[in-house]
Amino acid sequence: MSASARRIFADFRVFGRGYLRNGVGLFFSLIFPVILILLFGAIFAGGGAATVYVQNNDGGQLSRQYIAVLNGTGVNGSWPIILHSVDPSVNFTQFLKEKSGNSAADGISIPQNFSLDYQSNVPINVTVYGSPSQSSSQIVSQIVTGVSNSFNLKGTAPIIGVSSQTISAQQTKYIDSLVPGLIGFSILISPMFAMVNISAEYKKTKLFKQLSLTPLSKMEWLASKILWYITLSFVSLLILVAVGIFVFGAHITLTLWLLPFIVLGPTMFCALGMLVGTLSKSVETASVIGNVITFPMMFLSGTFFPLYLMPEYLRNFAHVLPLFYVVEGLNNVMVYGNYGQALIDIGVTAVLAFVVFVAAAKLFKWRED
Amino acid sequence: MVRLIPIEVNNLKKHYGDIKAVDGISFTVNQGEVFGLLGPNGAGKTTTIEILEGLRKKDEGTAKVLGLDPWENGKDLHQKIGVIPQQFNFFEKANPKEAIEYYARLFGTPVNANDILKEVLLEDSAKNSFENLSGGQKQKMGLSLSLVNSPDLLFLDEPTTGLDPNARRAIWEVIRNLKAKGKTVILTTHYLEEAEVLADRVAIVNHGHIVAMGTSDEIIEKYGSGERLEIHGAKELADYIQKNTELSVDYDPTKGVVSIQLNKKIDALAALAAAEQSGLDWGEIHTRRDSLDDVFVKLVSGAVDDSGNIAADGTQNKSYNSSKKMRR
Ligand SMILES: Nc1ncnc2c1ncn2[C@@H]1O[C@H](COP(=O)(O)OP(=O)(O)O)[C@@H](O)[C@H]1O
Ligand SMILES: [Mg+2]
Repeated sequence: MSASARRIFADFRVFGRGYLRNGVGLFFSLIFPVILILLFGAIFAGGGAATVYVQNNDGGQLSRQYIAVLNGTGVNGSWPIILHSVDPSVNFTQFLKEKSGNSAADGISIPQNFSLDYQSNVPINVTVYGSPSQSSSQIVSQIVTGVSNSFNLKGTAPIIGVSSQTISAQQTKYIDSLVPGLIGFSILISPMFAMVNISAEYKKTKLFKQLSLTPLSKMEWLASKILWYITLSFVSLLILVAVGIFVFGAHITLTLWLLPFIVLGPTMFCALGMLVGTLSKSVETASVIGNVITFPMMFLSGTFFPLYLMPEYLRNFAHVLPLFYVVEGLNNVMVYGNYGQALIDIGVTAVLAFVVFVAAAKLFKWRED
Repeated sequence: MVRLIPIEVNNLKKHYGDIKAVDGISFTVNQGEVFGLLGPNGAGKTTTIEILEGLRKKDEGTAKVLGLDPWENGKDLHQKIGVIPQQFNFFEKANPKEAIEYYARLFGTPVNANDILKEVLLEDSAKNSFENLSGGQKQKMGLSLSLVNSPDLLFLDEPTTGLDPNARRAIWEVIRNLKAKGKTVILTTHYLEEAEVLADRVAIVNHGHIVAMGTSDEIIEKYGSGERLEIHGAKELADYIQKNTELSVDYDPTKGVVSIQLNKKIDALAALAAAEQSGLDWGEIHTRRDSLDDVFVKLVSGAVDDSGNIAADGTQNKSYNSSKKMRR
């Protein structure tokens, strides 16, 4: 082991031990995100009815009745789907594809002449769009089939047939993007809050001076902190994925593609936190500046709520937040399997991490001139 | 055989804007010596010592520590010196034993933590985390860390400030033992007693200057007022002696003491004769010379209180009032 690695490891041990002994850091980095996932997951998952788009290409009386039944009209209590009608002039498959980037993208298409054909016993084909792997799509299929069967009972032979078309396998639930969101949250807050505070504190109490009298270099000190927070982020990731999958049935993948984010994210926020902490005049100033940087990122990068739920100006604003690329990237690899886009996120995160790291290395002084 | 002079400082200066923190300080510290920088708060002690440790850059002058330029060769120097900064601080959750092991790993030197803890009288608290240590134990922990790389030269910046008398004496004992082992020590303090007890030589620092330097005796000899005769009596007695002799006479009204400078032993006789002649009442008589304390008060223009600040009205609670004050 090289002398430098030995020193980094020695510092890692002391810091890690102190961290574990002091419950506060551990609570915020590992337990708090779990509380959030349980909270948000319970509030927003399951319970609600699925949104289903319906395009009625027929103008007749019967198709309207058919849709009313689909919508659960007259049924007391909860009905598992809510229909939204889409104008016949819209390209329905295109429309659903666009929606599928978000949450629900199930659709029902009622063909032209539905009413006329039904009356004249001409076979009708109702198309259900969805992704067969999703439970919401399965529910929609069952309902459409059930309603059609009840219409078919009137005649001798079945008139309304149901065919299904896969629109996309990408349909996601809130919980799916909550997991990467909270992993991003954890990657941000554990190193940011801690590094802002300890850097300012060590400067004030002259601990940096004290350390500068040993062979440990400031870069070795920073490296050991980065290693610690990478380790923590990794543990946090495993916990959040486990809770997401086993408690909420999230559809997320664990892949090696997560590694770049687990390495680059903590690197970036450790260096950023250290910059803020050491450049501030006092511990109090450091904490204020730290909060000003951290809080918008915490809420507006798609951590707790997917960005598509936010107004456009906030969505645009998110692009200047470093955490956005981490959260988007985590979503791309864990939820959407969109590795091309993830590569871009990795690239942006790497560049940002590099810039902040170099700035921290240049601007942070152990000793004073 | 050339013996290396551990510390050589010449005309050292460090200014912060208008503040002349260090303003032309020169001194040397010899091998095996305990050298004390004594002065009130803000005198420039920490600035001086941190320049020597390579933690601050000097503005002007030269500083050589173990033959090295402290700023340029800081990393080399740090291998060879031990330091406790003013108000030593450490990771709050680490205990002394772990801290020593941590330093040993950083320096890459195997050490026996228990031996070092014994040396600084801290074995009992080896497993208490830093945040739970008393002030004295914290300073001992600082001392223990400064010993990890077995340095021959130690820098102790106010090692006992804020400690109670018992804790202070315990630290003194550790420092005396280090001296007995042949280590060279430079320490700063605003406690005169500490400098007197520990240091072979003292430099009294004020406003960035050294105002006196040498052994206690040398300093008293040079800056002290010499021997004085003290007679308990009234102001009139002082006036009478002043009028009827060539002697220089001061009066301390709070104590009712007439004090006469004795340039020659025979001056005492003249003073007593005048006192007797006056027909006034006079009581106890004795002679005394300035202590280092008196000289210190004189040189820094005021008494230094427990926290290192110069007391507002100067000489209160001192055993003797300087003549300067009387004549006003
Ligand atoms: N980094 C600094 N910036 C500005 N002024 C300083 C700095 N360090 C010390 N000073 C000033 O220099 C003077 C000497 O300080 P210092 O060396 O700490 O004194 P001492 O250790 O004797 O109490 C003080 O007036 C102090 O305020
Ligand atoms: Mg000081």
